[in-house]
Amino acid sequence: MRGPHETSTGEILLSVENVSLSFGGLRAINDVSFDIRKGEIRAIIGPNGAGKTSMLNVINGFYHPQQGTITFRGHKRSKMRPYEAAQSGIARTFQNVALFKGMTSLDNIMTGRTNKMRCGFFWQLFRHGPALKEEVEHRRRVEEIIDFLQIQAIRKTPVGRLPYGLQKRVELARALAMEPDLLLLDEPMAGMNLEEKEDMSRFIIDVNNHYGTTIALIEHDMGVVMDLSDRVVVLEYGRKIADGTPDEVKSDQKVIDAYLGVPH
Amino acid sequence: MGTEQTAAASSLQNREEGVVAINAIAQADTFPKLLIHNAQTIAGRPAVRHKDLGIWQAWNWAQVLDEMRAFSIGLGELGLKRGDKFAVIGGNKPRLYWAMCAGQALGAIPVPIYADSVAEEMAYVLEHAEVTIAVVADQEQVDKILSIEDRLSVLSLIIYDEPRGLRDYDHSQLKSFRDVQEIGRHALADPKCLARWEQAISEGTGGDLAVILYTSGTTGRPKGVMLSHDNVMISARNGNLFDHLDQNEEIIAYLPIAWVGDHIFSYAQSFVAGFCVSCPETGETVVEDRREIGATYAFAPPRVYESLLTLTMVRMEDAGAFKRRMFHWFIDFARAWGEKILNKEPVPLAARLVYRLGDILVYGPLKNRYGFSRTRVAYTAGEAIGPEIFRYFRAIGVNLKQLYGQTEASVYITAQPDGEIYADTVGRPSPEVEIKISESGEVLFRSPGVFRGYYKDPEKTAEAMTPDGFVRTGDAGLFDPKTGHLKIIDRAKDVGRLNDGTLFAPKYLENKLKFYPNIKEAVAVGDHRDFVCVMLNIDLTAVGSWAERHNVVYGSYQELANHPLVYDMLEKHVDEVNRSLVAEGLMAGAQIKRFLVLHKELDADDGELTRTMKVRRSFIAERYAPLIRALYDGAQSSEISTEVTFEDGRKGTIAARVQIRDMKVQGTQAVDLGRAA
Repeated sequence: MRGPHETSTGEILLSVENVSLSFGGLRAINDVSFDIRKGEIRAIIGPNGAGKTSMLNVINGFYHPQQGTITFRGHKRSKMRPYEAAQSGIARTFQNVALFKGMTSLDNIMTGRTNKMRCGFFWQLFRHGPALKEEVEHRRRVEEIIDFLQIQAIRKTPVGRLPYGLQKRVELARALAMEPDLLLLDEPMAGMNLEEKEDMSRFIIDVNNHYGTTIALIEHDMGVVMDLSDRVVVLEYGRKIADGTPDEVKSDQKVIDAYLGVPH
Repeated sequence: MGTEQTAAASSLQNREEGVVAINAIAQADTFPKLLIHNAQTIAGRPAVRHKDLGIWQAWNWAQVLDEMRAFSIGLGELGLKRGDKFAVIGGNKPRLYWAMCAGQALGAIPVPIYADSVAEEMAYVLEHAEVTIAVVADQEQVDKILSIEDRLSVLSLIIYDEPRGLRDYDHSQLKSFRDVQEIGRHALADPKCLARWEQAISEGTGGDLAVILYTSGTTGRPKGVMLSHDNVMISARNGNLFDHLDQNEEIIAYLPIAWVGDHIFSYAQSFVAGFCVSCPETGETVVEDRREIGATYAFAPPRVYESLLTLTMVRMEDAGAFKRRMFHWFIDFARAWGEKILNKEPVPLAARLVYRLGDILVYGPLKNRYGFSRTRVAYTAGEAIGPEIFRYFRAIGVNLKQLYGQTEASVYITAQPDGEIYADTVGRPSPEVEIKISESGEVLFRSPGVFRGYYKDPEKTAEAMTPDGFVRTGDAGLFDPKTGHLKIIDRAKDVGRLNDGTLFAPKYLENKLKFYPNIKEAVAVGDHRDFVCVMLNIDLTAVGSWAERHNVVYGSYQELANHPLVYDMLEKHVDEVNRSLVAEGLMAGAQIKRFLVLHKELDADDGELTRTMKVRRSFIAERYAPLIRALYDGAQSSEISTEVTFEDGRKGTIAARVQIRDMKVQGTQAVDLGRAA
């Protein structure tokens, strides 16, 4: 019943091959392979403890798998450090918002531009000449993102004072400021109410549509996943149990069992 | 009220410069002509600003003409012609204002529609007005129109300003604002095109229809009020003269473009006086944006002032003890002297000096926060404002004034002249406006702003107008004998009587209740009943902050609204209102006997309020019939289940058990004696 990928035919941006990851005796990921095609929204779902976030951390270079390889834009590697991932165009948001609480939304988003800064520390210290010119350019890009995510009203508000839904949006903005090729979203809608979820879904689709960013997301809300994603990979106890379009995955008996439980 | 009172029209102030200004633009009798005039005489002055990407972008009058012309010719190329109607839907964006003028240049008539209308309401207006082209702000509006497309028989094209999210849509009936301008600029390559366009403008006259504004209406379907260029322009000009507004004013456009207020203030008055209109970045940044612009002229419904004051009071509760005491001391001082200073009455030197100190420490920073530092004139209109709120703003030095107007009058019916401000009146007749009070107490007016009729509804038009050209406002009012100012009591049809014959004016009671920051809305019932009951809505900001300070735990609006301590607090407010009714005498018999707190906020999406946030009485009476029944049958609580519409148009149900409180009626003895005698 597992569906072949005949529905999407785009070029492969990232592929994960036979990756296994263990912490001591615990196997978090067990021989998982899948790929992410350019321009698609790819969801990774599974029950609690299935290894979703670990998978994201592997892609992002935060964890190093004991086995298997990751190929990003045709570049194969088994180990990648987070900053290398960032430099090569992978951005992410976190399950628990990881922003600088005391800084304003604007400053937080500006930090997303750090990798793009060309001027040295000295120039930036005096905010003069080329550094000023560069900052104006970065600010313009950041303002476009602020406009895009409709957070103008909280531009100068310290992030710690914002409600959770908006913090999530600022985090997305910061990830977008990196102008990533691949955006990893770890439960972008966790803890949100219906309206916030709808807004966030709209923004994710818009980002995909407008900037052409490839998105890999982890999400618990099945309705959201099925509406948003082009293809879904399902993990359970570190193994891949299904992979395909939302419709295929929805009708897969193994998935139904994993989510609803099997009568014994 | 046996005799007819008539107030003579106050004549135009014959100030030299005013007359000169009028002569100069006498030829420009339509808005497109006026724009061309402005682009010639004050070409380099800013006309419109819009905050975009965090920076104020400005266009001068010459640039606005250029943008408008390109769009107008583009519209013409796409088939818009004289007499056609086109819709304008969205927030306060420069391009939407230009679109209105661009259509007017071709002799077509703009129909602005409230941006927050649900698709259902929009379908009615679009179809009733026979709209052929809709100019909209963004994807949200495009989606709404597409969802009702099959019901719109004549709509053939949607033009959008903001392209986000629309890239993958079928573009056969969809064009961007820029595309249309491109078509226009392309057509302009032909020299005859410009001549034809200018010819079309010169064919327009002041008597032509300028705009159709659909009034939200507290009853029934919205009605399309037809206003001519003369109506709108003369009203705007008189308004400018009344408050000495010139091209140096700064205003911020943030009210719904479909409201006559915004059409006059952000469109007509700007064109006539030549001042610059600033469009805020988003609806949420208005206060901050107004502060940056330093608006000199402001206009808002009471709700806006109420929320500013509520927010201040809530914030002050959280401030440190020193700041709080300083705030209260100086505000009390301002209440005593501030208005006198503003009215230029004689005030002792010592008071002036203390007030000056207060201005540095408290009033100035407050005004700065509100964005009123440079405001010379601020108006409140649309509804009655609480005297406390009104006096607060005047006390800290904001020249807040009241105005009474209607869509059918192109806004102005009465306004308060500087120095003659009373919290409970709406002022003298505006320039060139005649007012009389009918036998039944209804206010009638006649002015150059009187509308041309309701679109496709001669019956309603005939109902609204008397044979001698006066318009019925539907409001009950009287001239205050002491001041000669008009006083509005209530909607004429809402004024009723209790079974014992006591006068019952629901809005009068409701306004008294709404002056408490904790009460957001109130609906009074009592016509043809034995006594008066009210249903209340709490203000979540104010009561929420109170709950936080008193360790009242709540999970939802519903839970907070039903909390016994909240009931206790509201009982005190209702009691105070009853006392004040006794003190005033007029409605002592209409005291509130029982009240309840509704389990949900009244909402325009559910049809309980109009889009301008007025209570729709009959609808509420029907919807909450079980609660009203319980109010009168002596029950202590009642079950209620209501359908609600979420922002995305989906529907759900809220069920609750609502408590009812009995009130002790004040001074009944006196009333009983009065009745016996």
